[in-house]
Amino acid sequence: MNAIENKISHQQSSHCESGVVANMLNSQGMNLSEPMVFGLSSALTFVYLPIVKVGGLPLIAYRMPPKSIISSVCKKLNVKVNSQKFSNPEAGMKALDKALSEGKLVGLQTSVYWLPYFPEDMRFQFNAHNLTVYGKNEQGDYLISDPVFEDVVTCPADDLKRARFAKGVLAAKGLMYEMTLPTTEVDLAPQIKSSIKKTAKMMNGLLLPFFGNKGIRHLVKKIKTLKDKPHKDAAMFLGNIVRMQEEIGTGGAGFRFMFASFLDEAAAFLNDDALFEISTFTTEIGDLWREFAMKAVLFCKNRKNVTIDDVAASLEVCAEQEALLRSKLLQWSK
Amino acid sequence: MKKEQVPQDSCKSYDGHKKLIYAVDENGHYQGVQSSGWEVEGFATEMAVQALDEQLNDMKKALLAGTVSPIAYYLPLYRFDLMSLAHASGFFQWQIKRHMKPEIFAKLSDKKLTKYCEAFNISLEDLKQPVIKE
Repeated sequence: MNAIENKISHQQSSHCESGVVANMLNSQGMNLSEPMVFGLSSALTFVYLPIVKVGGLPLIAYRMPPKSIISSVCKKLNVKVNSQKFSNPEAGMKALDKALSEGKLVGLQTSVYWLPYFPEDMRFQFNAHNLTVYGKNEQGDYLISDPVFEDVVTCPADDLKRARFAKGVLAAKGLMYEMTLPTTEVDLAPQIKSSIKKTAKMMNGLLLPFFGNKGIRHLVKKIKTLKDKPHKDAAMFLGNIVRMQEEIGTGGAGFRFMFASFLDEAAAFLNDDALFEISTFTTEIGDLWREFAMKAVLFCKNRKNVTIDDVAASLEVCAEQEALLRSKLLQWSK
Repeated sequence: MKKEQVPQDSCKSYDGHKKLIYAVDENGHYQGVQSSGWEVEGFATEMAVQALDEQLNDMKKALLAGTVSPIAYYLPLYRFDLMSLAHASGFFQWQIKRHMKPEIFAKLSDKKLTKYCEAFNISLEDLKQPVIKE
């Protein structure tokens, strides 16, 4: 078998989707940081969906649904995305090999559970993990830039096939995508402004009480009701929130630090001190989310001095400060 | 979070890996910093892993006692829940619950069992006669 190795600059990232976009574009000569990709795609949000259960616990998310980062940021930057799905796994693997032999970098949507290079405790049935394939070695293993890992990795063909075609919620159906850079350069300044405005507008939530600030306050109320539940149930509920906020590729504090980093970079780009101040304020909000996570875990550990009300109150502070952040962002992007 | 505050708690779940976190320097500007884990996050992860292990142990015992079918054992082993297994296998949740009963499982056709084999990525023999790992 002929080895193929296409040029890639692998940069470790906090989150898979924003990381894949940044790595794929930068490898072709663009110069975008992961936070910039995240911010431009207006991916920051909050979702609490008590009706959708994952492993018996409600769905909680701190960002927009999978694939929205790729589509919105590429649209903003005039990057052409060529994506394909397959009903036949063999055809999907052939198309991947063909694209690699043409010198392309190929983005894939995969299931974390079937990727053997993931640590055991991080493997779970989640089908929307993104990575970039940049080649194949003599043994037929694929060369992969998985953005959440420090370095590039390899993956046997059978495992990669399984990961691409795993059935289930958000099934990838072999999704692969290539990105082509625009011929003319895009002016970032207006894009930064419009994406910040969009994020701010979403922060209050939609009509339903599951999104944005309304969602956070809804969760505060739910946490207060845990007082009547057995300690173990309450602990599982709170532990789930902490996992979604800290563990699932968020860069800490449910993407709040990544968004603050975007604002910091945008402020430097626009030479805008007011925006830098908002970045600093967002950092403080991130710290508040971390404080909430700490209190929640102290409660789980059964520390007598931390009550459910303390945990709820700590989350309520996050809601209050994010309402303030929203008005600052709206004011700035007016 | 300041960059010197980025936790380096060497979480077990990271298995020696490091994650990237964004944190500020002394001037309030951001940079990426590697973290070997945060104890708070690690605790939440381990709690979830433990809950799964407990569920798996219960099912192991129940399978050996003959009160559940192999489906009930493989579900937690492969980190599924009813919803994700329903999506992966094509069965409804209520059907899966039925298939967890040994007497119903025994009557299932190989065609139906194959759907589970594909979801778990195991052979038909392993599905019918699980090799229980300690």
